[in-house]
Amino acid sequence: MAASSPRNPPPLPGADNQDPLSEMADEDSDEGEDIFVGNSNPVAESFQTDTANGEEPADLFSEEEISTTVNSSITTTKSNGVHSDNENDLFAEASVELSMENPSTIARENPTTTAKTSGAEFTPSRTQTQPKSIEQLEEDKDEDSFDMDVAVTNPEKIGDGMNAYIAYKVSTRTTLPMFKNRTFSVWRRFSDFLGLYEKLSVKHSLNGCIIPPPPEKSIVGMTKVKVGKEDSSSADFVETRRAALERYLQRVVCHPSLLQDPDVREFLERDELPRAVGTHTLSGAGFLKMINRASDAVSKMTVKISDSDAWFDNKLQEVESEELQLRKLHAVVESLVNHRKELCGNTAVFAKSMAMLGNSEDNTALSRALSQLAEVEDKMETLHQEQAASDFFILAELLADYIRLLGAVRGCFEQRMKTWQRWQEAQSTLQKKREVEAKLLWANKPDKLQQAKEEITEWEGKVTQYERDFDRISVTVRKEFLRFEKEKSKDFKSQIVKYLESLLQSQQRLVKFWEAFLPEAKAIG
Amino acid sequence: MHVVLCQGLDDGPDFLSEEDRGPRAVNVDLQTDATLQVDISDALSERDKVKFTVHTKSTLPNFKQNEFSVVRQHEEFIWLHDSFVENEEYAGYIIPPAPPRPDFDASREKLQKLGEGEGSMTKEEFTKMKQELEAEYLAIFKKTVAMHEVFLCRVAAHPVLRKDLNFHVFLEYNQDLSVRGKNKREKMEDFFKNVVKSADGVLVAGVKDVDDFFEHEKTFLLEYHNRVKDASAKSDRMIRSHKSAADDINRIASTLYTLGTQDSTDVCKFFLKVSELFEKTRKIEARVAADEDLKLADLLKYYLRESQAAKDLLYRRGRALVDYENANKALDRARAKNKDVLQAETSQQVCCQKFEKISESAKQELIDFKTRRVAAFRKNLVELAELELKHAKGNLQLLQSCLGVLKGDT
Repeated sequence: MAASSPRNPPPLPGADNQDPLSEMADEDSDEGEDIFVGNSNPVAESFQTDTANGEEPADLFSEEEISTTVNSSITTTKSNGVHSDNENDLFAEASVELSMENPSTIARENPTTTAKTSGAEFTPSRTQTQPKSIEQLEEDKDEDSFDMDVAVTNPEKIGDGMNAYIAYKVSTRTTLPMFKNRTFSVWRRFSDFLGLYEKLSVKHSLNGCIIPPPPEKSIVGMTKVKVGKEDSSSADFVETRRAALERYLQRVVCHPSLLQDPDVREFLERDELPRAVGTHTLSGAGFLKMINRASDAVSKMTVKISDSDAWFDNKLQEVESEELQLRKLHAVVESLVNHRKELCGNTAVFAKSMAMLGNSEDNTALSRALSQLAEVEDKMETLHQEQAASDFFILAELLADYIRLLGAVRGCFEQRMKTWQRWQEAQSTLQKKREVEAKLLWANKPDKLQQAKEEITEWEGKVTQYERDFDRISVTVRKEFLRFEKEKSKDFKSQIVKYLESLLQSQQRLVKFWEAFLPEAKAIG
Repeated sequence: MHVVLCQGLDDGPDFLSEEDRGPRAVNVDLQTDATLQVDISDALSERDKVKFTVHTKSTLPNFKQNEFSVVRQHEEFIWLHDSFVENEEYAGYIIPPAPPRPDFDASREKLQKLGEGEGSMTKEEFTKMKQELEAEYLAIFKKTVAMHEVFLCRVAAHPVLRKDLNFHVFLEYNQDLSVRGKNKREKMEDFFKNVVKSADGVLVAGVKDVDDFFEHEKTFLLEYHNRVKDASAKSDRMIRSHKSAADDINRIASTLYTLGTQDSTDVCKFFLKVSELFEKTRKIEARVAADEDLKLADLLKYYLRESQAAKDLLYRRGRALVDYENANKALDRARAKNKDVLQAETSQQVCCQKFEKISESAKQELIDFKTRRVAAFRKNLVELAELELKHAKGNLQLLQSCLGVLKGDT
């Protein structure tokens, strides 16, 4: 995956550099189609920074804080300098509640022990020697939250032309002792994020972990940016990607097993990362496609795991139907975003024509009222713009994320299927070997018998191994799924509440506009 | 023009509810006068025509009864309007603009598309969309009734036009006027007339008027008319986008509902509550769009038509002026040649009288137009602001209470 030679460091801007983004740069290696065509049309760019100044570090964790930053606005790439000024701002939207679910493994996760393991490879999977009972798993509450924030900010275009790319600043703030410092930043590009995903997938998906998928590649979006096309759609694209990368990282560090993975640590900490070249063929999308193809092949076998696990079948079905509904919902929300942008444009145009009409009107009071009306419509345009941004960034992106995540969950279930099959196949091979032995015994061929007995022992070992693997993966998948459900529930609730609060804000402002206008209208005549 | 009398047919659903009776005078602030009150008390929609029940209350001796009703169709309104336009006596007045033809095509098309797409959506979605479209149909219906009524009210309020014989026939004659719709030849004639008129209009408009008042009015009306036209088109587009957004929220509500009914977990209950909220806010959004349509878009459309009628008045006056000036020139020529002087003198006098008569009434008409316009805008803008406030507050309350519940639960 990673090339052996590190890439030449581009002239990266310093932390306080406030380069005006005259051009947007971009990833060069962009192949592979989007599973998810992000056709985000230009959301108008005038978002304000979410000034979360003065928040105490502790406050960053509470979800309340996030949901009360209403009208959650996102910095435009053009004004990203603000982020580097104040570290607090960086994390205002980026805080993540890291929690350890399993009290019995606290000892293992205990920070003091990480000192000796910082160099060594952590066992990525949460394999446990004693399988927990289902009830115990489902009762696990969020235990000790560790201080861990990540943020992705300051997109900067590096280079020119078709080799240009965008570098993002990845900042971490943590009290976990496995990291060298408490706060640190590195610069990463999109392919680095993809590279991380692939490394994690290879290591953990076989264990049944749900690996959060990164955002999709986008040829169209990136080319525009590379070419230096400077319109709001490029800025939007970069912002959308930045936000998606941030959420992706947050989900990764939120996951107790993945956080322990040294690749994650390296990603967050290491100054120069070896260039991930594998992303050409194994992009996030490509990998997911592989999983999907595999799952299709598996489901074609119409295998039914006949153990007590109707649970898994039910859950898989739920996941599939949920995915369907979310796709539907996402399509409608996108339609809403488009109509609101259209409304925005039409309102602006109408406001102008109203102003013109006001100018023509020769009755003074009416003329003034019409001009006021034009101003109200102008303000409404801004409102619609912001509303469309909310619709997109809070709602549409949430849905897109979860559609991808549900795909990963399905992949996880399929992994378990494959493990079961391997076990079943081993069992049938063992059976065959035993039959061969029986025949040999009857035919009385002592030397071949010896070999047959050796093979039987070998396969008995494999059967035991595979059975254990299957049990292990079943436990992991179940735990992962429950954790996922919890996260999903939390996520949806908090994001939808945030969205509703933005709607609330809009209506409040609307009330103010019309209350100001009413006396003007009454003054006509 | 011929007025053939025959029996009409009465069928079709009644769309007007009790509360809609009574003078509506949507876009025009009119004094209601006890001597002659006209309104549309009822309307029926058939396949491709609308039948309006025109109800009159009058103390005038011209009518046989004090109160009576007749059934009229759109073509008969047009006939009445055209009869005013073609009447030389009324050249000096702003002829109230004719109501636009009832147009249910778009709505019908949508209903049809809905029927075709029935298979692709859930029963709830289908029922909801059907209700939506029926409500839309109803709204268009109410609008067309209002516009026809305004026309009649304007005529009834006008000191001269209210006395028109055709108008009385229209109000009282209880058989079908069965006015022949214009056939192709007549439509072509109209078309050419308009072409000539606009060419003329340019000519006439070019002549600078001695009278400052009319000169100012000409400049004002030309600019105003164009800007109202622009504003009207743009308001329509804006409102359409608004309606589309409301439709989307409707679909979001449905999908959330489906998601919410998959299970009985926490998050599903959450979805159900949010779906309910969106159902309600969507209704409010649709009402906002409808009210904007009624109070703003319709207002602009109406004044588009009226400002055109005012322009037509100016045009007629301009023509009369040109005729007068030509008659003067002819008189001079006749005097110079000393030939047909008497004839020229008479002709000149007639033109002079016509011109002065038109000028006098035109001045008053244009002043009245201004007053009416200001009053109508005031009324509608105030009502618009009040409705917008009402709806925004309604939305606000819904959102606040829903958020209260949602946050309380988590």
